Amino acid sequence: MISDLFSMTVLIGILASGIRLATPYLYAAIGETFGQRSGVLNLGVEGQMLLGAFAAFYISLTTGSLWLGVLAAMIVGAVMGLAMAYVTVNLHAQQGISGIGFYLFGLGMSDLLFQKLLGTVETVRGFPRLSVPGLSDIPGLGEIFFSHNLLVYLAYLLVPAAWFILNKTTLGLKIRSVGENPDAADSLGVSVARIRYFTIILGGTLSGIAGASLSIALLNVFQQNMTSGLGFIAVALVYFGAWRPWGVLGGALLFSMINSLQLWIQVLGIPVPSDIAVMMPYILTILVLVASVSRVRAPSALTRPFEREA
Amino acid sequence: MKKLVRLSGLFLLLALLVSACGAPAPAPAEPPEGEAFRVAVVMPSAINDLAFSQSMYDALVRVQGEMGGPDAFEIVYSENMFVVDDAAAAIRDYATQGFDLVIAHGSQYGSSLQEIAPDFPETSFAWGTTVDTFGLPNVFAYEAASQEGGFVNGVLAATLSESNILGVVGPIETGDAKLSVDGFKAGAEATKPDIQVNVNYIGSFSDVALASEAATTHISAGADVLTGTAQMVVGAIGQAEEANVLWFGTQSNQASLAPSIVVASQVYHWEVVLRDMIAKIQAGTLGGEAFVINLANGGEVIEFNPESTVAAEAQTLAQETIQGIIDGSIQIPLP
Repeated sequence: MISDLFSMTVLIGILASGIRLATPYLYAAIGETFGQRSGVLNLGVEGQMLLGAFAAFYISLTTGSLWLGVLAAMIVGAVMGLAMAYVTVNLHAQQGISGIGFYLFGLGMSDLLFQKLLGTVETVRGFPRLSVPGLSDIPGLGEIFFSHNLLVYLAYLLVPAAWFILNKTTLGLKIRSVGENPDAADSLGVSVARIRYFTIILGGTLSGIAGASLSIALLNVFQQNMTSGLGFIAVALVYFGAWRPWGVLGGALLFSMINSLQLWIQVLGIPVPSDIAVMMPYILTILVLVASVSRVRAPSALTRPFEREA
Repeated sequence: MKKLVRLSGLFLLLALLVSACGAPAPAPAEPPEGEAFRVAVVMPSAINDLAFSQSMYDALVRVQGEMGGPDAFEIVYSENMFVVDDAAAAIRDYATQGFDLVIAHGSQYGSSLQEIAPDFPETSFAWGTTVDTFGLPNVFAYEAASQEGGFVNGVLAATLSESNILGVVGPIETGDAKLSVDGFKAGAEATKPDIQVNVNYIGSFSDVALASEAATTHISAGADVLTGTAQMVVGAIGQAEEANVLWFGTQSNQASLAPSIVVASQVYHWEVVLRDMIAKIQAGTLGGEAFVINLANGGEVIEFNPESTVAAEAQTLAQETIQGIIDGSIQIPLP
């Protein structure tokens, strides 16, 4: 039984599912990374994802265009981000509290719209699997890496892009300086407010796409509270990944791979109680987090509202 | 600080607004004649979840039709009560408002009900799925013998399977979900002793993404017939449809989600026990009894999907199996 785990089919299955499961985490957590690097903790990710998921689903269903669906999710996420930015930057709200507020708003609003506009669970034709000529035919590797839909590929391309923006561009430098020492950045003429608006809206937009990746690419249904805590795990992955895109990628993949491993453990009939099996990803994540704590320090100004000294 | 206060106020208002809209429970207006039978129900998920909560809501609507419409039978509900504390508050509110029957539709509400029911001796309560009335004279219990429908599904699934591997996507290993999974397994193994039934509990009633991935895992492991229970299986059905693998539903009729692959669904018809409870209440007995829906009393029905190409050949076999369970010639071994 245990030896079944090491067969080719199972290994390919675990890796391919892990890559798919990590997709929504990547969009949401990379977006959150931008926000946190600029000093803003957004706990409303889950709410932004839910509204994004609904917008993408509803627009795709009614217009028949998946891309309009993605666009709708981006707009909804961006508007949620704009509101969050106003509350944290202009009103100096306590970020943990206001984030929870936005989460509850997204949860309730997506449910309300679902009840009023759809009324029942429906399905939509989502993004199809996209084969990459040549690459998808490689035995094993093709199925692991190149048997997914477009939004999965884009999520992985987002990681190097985010790394490049944060580390190699002036914009990235401004984001980091605002998150580390907003007073110094301000005295050098960087607009703290403008940078934070940018990162929070970007984060919201990406959370919206994270929702769309569930409702019109991976699952092709909408159900209330369908994200079931995914957005909060994404926030945790930012800490796990030490505020670095590659670290976030590592965390998302680790969490998702362990999750797909536990699915296989149950399917293969390996005698582990199901309650223990479903705990595995969480336990392992906590262990890694404990082992790697104090490796890197959080952005100094994280959760601190900026007020120019008079 | 002032801003913070103002802001929290704003959010509170928004949250109230949204939650008020989210649960479109009509205000319980006193009926003009004062004769209507009034039922309130508290449910863990939505009335249109194509699963557990919908099965109860649909049953109440059917009873309403039989009893002569909204004027004679009033239904009020609170859905999405996944927080047990909120559910307890709702149950108490309904009892205070003098409903004839307050249904706590979820085994997780049991301990709350045990505290609340003695405070309202004039009100009848019902809760499920369970057999425990706490020995209280105003509490009815109800449950589903879902191993029976699960068994029928298992027999059909094993017969239709060519790979001899079946996959089950379950939520948490408890209650009627566990019963139907165990029944499915027993049915499959009774039909083909060498069949392999892979069972997966994903540890959640709501994680659609993980349910979907669990289905993909079953398909990679060679399963060619799948089943699953609880509201998160909508994700799994999508994967089954994409891979063109057959699906057996339970709790509600799931054929509308994937007409090409759903063969049959075990559907709960709670009206069978609701009718009995209402008759008892009207005769003055407010509780103290446990009810069960099963194939014999018509509370569980195997509904075939008319669009399924394999449903026709399965139907005769299903009839025989159902008959066997009803007359006792088939015994369902449970672990």
